[in-house]
Amino acid sequence: MTKPADQWKWQELEPGFVITNPGNASEYKTGDWKSEHPVWDEKLCIRCGLCYGFCPDMAVRQKASGYFEGDYNYCKGCGICAHECPTGAISMKEGRE
Amino acid sequence: MTESAKKKVGIEVSLAVAEAVKQCDADVISAYPITPQTHIVEHLSELVANGELDAEFIPVESEHSAMSVCAGSSAAGARTFTATASQGLALMAEIVYCVSALRLPIVMVVANRSLNSPLSIWNDHGDVMMVRDSGWVQIFVENGQEAYDHIFWCFRVGEDRKVMHPVMLNMDGFIVTHVVEPIEFWSQEMVKKFLPPFQPLHRLHPDKPVTMGAFGPPEIFTECKVAQEHALVSCMPVIEKAWDELYEVCGRKYSAVEKYRADDAKTLLVTMGCLGETARVAIDELREAGEEVGLVSLRLWRPFPFSQFKAAVKNAENLIVIDRAVVFGGVGGPVALELKAALYSEAKRPRITNFIAGLASRDVQPEDFKQMFARAKKKLADGRDDEFEIYGVRG
Repeated sequence: MTKPADQWKWQELEPGFVITNPGNASEYKTGDWKSEHPVWDEKLCIRCGLCYGFCPDMAVRQKASGYFEGDYNYCKGCGICAHECPTGAISMKEGRE
Repeated sequence: MTESAKKKVGIEVSLAVAEAVKQCDADVISAYPITPQTHIVEHLSELVANGELDAEFIPVESEHSAMSVCAGSSAAGARTFTATASQGLALMAEIVYCVSALRLPIVMVVANRSLNSPLSIWNDHGDVMMVRDSGWVQIFVENGQEAYDHIFWCFRVGEDRKVMHPVMLNMDGFIVTHVVEPIEFWSQEMVKKFLPPFQPLHRLHPDKPVTMGAFGPPEIFTECKVAQEHALVSCMPVIEKAWDELYEVCGRKYSAVEKYRADDAKTLLVTMGCLGETARVAIDELREAGEEVGLVSLRLWRPFPFSQFKAAVKNAENLIVIDRAVVFGGVGGPVALELKAALYSEAKRPRITNFIAGLASRDVQPEDFKQMFARAKKKLADGRDDEFEIYGVRG
């Protein structure tokens, strides 16, 4: 997609809605589905990586410091990371971030 | 099959249709046999097996798979044909809707048959009305010659770069499909003149990858549907042009709305499919009895030919619409509903009486049309023309 989905006029669409430049799924940010987003408290985090491992959408990344953060472009806000965190370091906050 | 034009051959219409598909040099045929479509694909499988037609014949385990194979082969750039009826069309309906949005010019014959239950293998239009809104170009034929001629027309129209839509040819099951008729075959020179090779705009090929059938989020789905609707309605000039070209090639003139003794008629019968042929006989007899009656037979069903239809009925005071399908819980048969909607905004519009007849091949003879004409007259006099009637029912 050369521009976001909400900016196309109907006259500009390719017949059959064919996408002529495939491999552009990475341009589509699916993170806007969420209603909550996870926030990490590094005072409680023990860097065990369970949040990273349990995330079903590979939307948790490890920073150079060893602590973790959410990739909000793709995080769906499911809350599995917060549920699994053994120290309660992750809390779900309202909004998409 | 004969190469000499103008010579008529007595042949079962299903076989003639299969021969036309062969003459179009179809690349892929995928189908599941179902009455009354069977003879068409059976004959095509023979033509492929004995080397007369160089095509892939892909037998499948269901009609859902048949149309799925057709989607893939058409997307790969192959000229693709299938045929079905009734329950088979119901089973493939999901993919029927997909391929029109994907603009894949598959040609499908529907040998029109009732939908269960009760189980019926016989003819009416219950099956095609189920996919009325599927976005295909949809036409009806009245006899074998029309069916044969329109196979070429379907590929010609569907594959045109300004169209790129699947095309559905409806022919009444048994009453047209299984009858032996004298058919005037086209020579291959005629086919070559009329039908250029299929040149798809996009096709699945490893050298130039494209994505077909991607998902459309709410932000773009509406724009997609507007584009699809615009594309189908915009087919009309090519549809008309292809009938003109067909006339130049074979000398038979077809049009979106066929008329018979209609121009000076006060009352017009309106039919779709083979009922029109019988209605003509009744009209001749009614004319002899002094009635000012004529016929409008709809050939093009989608995109609906609004302007052609309005022009055809502009002088009529009454329309008697004979439907061959029931709209359960609705206010009439599908054709009558369409015509009422089409004429609603006209300042001068005819009164419309609606009969549903010929369900599951129940015979509709010239006498029945005369009966319906008489009943319509009475309904109009009684001011009860708004009520639709299922004709000839016991009880």
